Amino acid sequence: MYDNSPWAAFELIARMDPALISIVALSLKVSLSAVAIATLIGLPIGAAVALWRFPGRSLLIVILNAFMGLPPVVVGLAVYLLLSRAGPLGKYGLLFTPTAMIIAQFVLVLPIIAALARQVIEDLWQEYREQLGSLGVTRRRAIPTLLWDARFSLLTVVLAGFGRASAEVGAVLIVGGNIDGITRVMTTAIALETNKGNLALAMGLGVILLSLVALINAAAYLISETSRRRLG
Amino acid sequence: MRFLRRALGGLILSLGLATTAWAQAPFITVASTTSTEQSGLFAHILPKFKEATGIEVRVVAVGTGQAFAIARRGDADILLVHDTAGEEKFIAEGYGIARTDVMYNDFVLIGPKSDPAKVAEAESITDALQRIAKAQVPFASRGDDSGTHRTELRMWELAGIKPGGSWYRELGSGMGPTLNTAAAMDAYVLADRATWIAFDNRQNLEILFEGDKALFNQYGSVLINPERHPHLKHDLAKKWHDWLISSNGQEAIASYKLRGQQLFFPNAE
Amino acid sequence: MNQSLSLSSLLPLELEQVSFSHRGQTLLHAIDLRLGPRGKTIVMGPNGAGKSLLMRLCHGLLQPTSGTIRWAGKPQASRQEIRRRQAMVFQRPIMLRRSVLANVCYALAVHGVSWRQRNALAMQALEHMGLAALAQRPARVLSGGEQQRLALARAWALRPDILFLDEPTSALDPAATKAVEDAIEEFHRAGTRIVMSTHDLGQARRLADEVVFMCGGRLLEQTPAERFFEAPASLEAAAFVRGELIW
Repeated sequence: MYDNSPWAAFELIARMDPALISIVALSLKVSLSAVAIATLIGLPIGAAVALWRFPGRSLLIVILNAFMGLPPVVVGLAVYLLLSRAGPLGKYGLLFTPTAMIIAQFVLVLPIIAALARQVIEDLWQEYREQLGSLGVTRRRAIPTLLWDARFSLLTVVLAGFGRASAEVGAVLIVGGNIDGITRVMTTAIALETNKGNLALAMGLGVILLSLVALINAAAYLISETSRRRLG
Repeated sequence: MRFLRRALGGLILSLGLATTAWAQAPFITVASTTSTEQSGLFAHILPKFKEATGIEVRVVAVGTGQAFAIARRGDADILLVHDTAGEEKFIAEGYGIARTDVMYNDFVLIGPKSDPAKVAEAESITDALQRIAKAQVPFASRGDDSGTHRTELRMWELAGIKPGGSWYRELGSGMGPTLNTAAAMDAYVLADRATWIAFDNRQNLEILFEGDKALFNQYGSVLINPERHPHLKHDLAKKWHDWLISSNGQEAIASYKLRGQQLFFPNAE
Repeated sequence: MNQSLSLSSLLPLELEQVSFSHRGQTLLHAIDLRLGPRGKTIVMGPNGAGKSLLMRLCHGLLQPTSGTIRWAGKPQASRQEIRRRQAMVFQRPIMLRRSVLANVCYALAVHGVSWRQRNALAMQALEHMGLAALAQRPARVLSGGEQQRLALARAWALRPDILFLDEPTSALDPAATKAVEDAIEEFHRAGTRIVMSTHDLGQARRLADEVVFMCGGRLLEQTPAERFFEAPASLEAAAFVRGELIW
């Protein structure tokens, strides 16, 4: 694809190489979408498990915690079989599209966000329980309150999910197919260049990916630290 | 916080708009092998095909075994692989309707410059493999049911050897990773010439044996059976199939050169 | 208070043979108690006497293991309505991670006050507690005394019939304690029934109309304040008033 030198990747960045930019954009689009959806669904799940006692709750918590370590390849394969033409959702023709990659990463990230949010919310609920109970706040009404008040800790939870999504290659490779210009993202591009023996270029791309992830984390950290200090 | 959410929301929205814009051209999905993709052949010929027909080709490059599996499930519109026996079986099972020779190159036996098994002096590929087995020097096998792996196993069979033991290392990886590993442990390895020419991380490795007719590597295009998978884009796939074996397509294949060498030799009837 | 005058009062509050057990241990033994419609009742007793538990049972945060709690003669009629008309201030106030004003508005929202009225009512309550200048400050950076006053402002905005206070000044310095005691008198003047626990004999003397004395999970006496401090009925209370260590 490109010259193989450790600086080639940075030259591509420096002159805004359109192919590389589209790979970076797709990486961000896929991972951020997956994390956004997983956050919308995972936070309420985590809060509900934290607040309610029901039969099978401990089992659910163990499962959520265990699924934080789901192997991406297994998730990729499961989503592949689901979206394949011969699979139950085959008629939507989603295989080898960015949507399929978002679904796979969503499945990877959801247990992380739900399980960690459960822990955060449960701790905060211990602290708030009496006060909210005294004000007449029902458990259902308490969920948005707790989510909002735990927002700084939950931001770290969401970042953990984003780290997982942006770093994995196994799932997006299988369901996306690493198609040039369509489903090629940073991690699959790195895997491809490694396979071609272009180790220096692969490493350069790796450094770019790492810098991007670090940049997003730094921004989130700065924002949350300043507001945390302000709000006590 | 509020700013962050607004910024992320805007970013996601704009990315969504950016990607939907370029996903609308008519396209087909081709399941093919890593050798064709990684050697750069597709990057060379796909723009010519698109210019001629307006059709975009999306290549899913995997091992030949996985390519057959994808096609069997109806997830690709057409195949371009290099395992003639497997392709004929695929058709016999009713998944495909026709196959055509498109191009060929060959396999080469690669090993450390020092050549401890002296395969460079071998008279045939079977002789070379027998030398490796006798010397018990490391041999890296793909072990991934790819076209190259299937060819390698056929060669061992011809040589009358059942490979095994600590010197025979099945890696279960694609051609590139297998070459990376072989380079790291000074092992012998059977590779397709196209991937080898495009491969950069050679370290001590070089071609030690080549030219045996048995190492011939034929690529074929296989049309999928419309009765089994009626939803596929058979019309567009047929256009691609026909173009590959047309004089335009064959010229496009022949004109692809990497480091001054031609990688694939068109041989459609 | 003014709002609840139109409705019949929640009071009197009556406890009949109320016991509470936790993990097989009985922490409150068959309590009988009647709190009339007006006044300031101070709950006293050594640590572990069950003062906090008693107030939490009255407030409805805990359910009795046995016995009945009756508001205005009705056993637990509409819990939602009862909850709406009482408030509690804790030893350590819990403030939400938002502004002082928003903390009061939150309580009003939970109580179903429409958003149009919330700000005005909340500002009024803050002014009452001398916190108007801090309205936009984050609640969690306030000092302990200011936070306790905010807890009182939050309660004030809800205009409760009855206000429970669980050792509200035990972590405060004298000036902050004075401010809290003044606020309690304000609630009293506005007609709110006061039930407060404290360790501090001096504070009890300053505030109490009536004293409930507890020891070892039992209610030993419920006596008008003057009589309690001069001639308590129980030996334990007598020792407590003399400042001896009892447990």
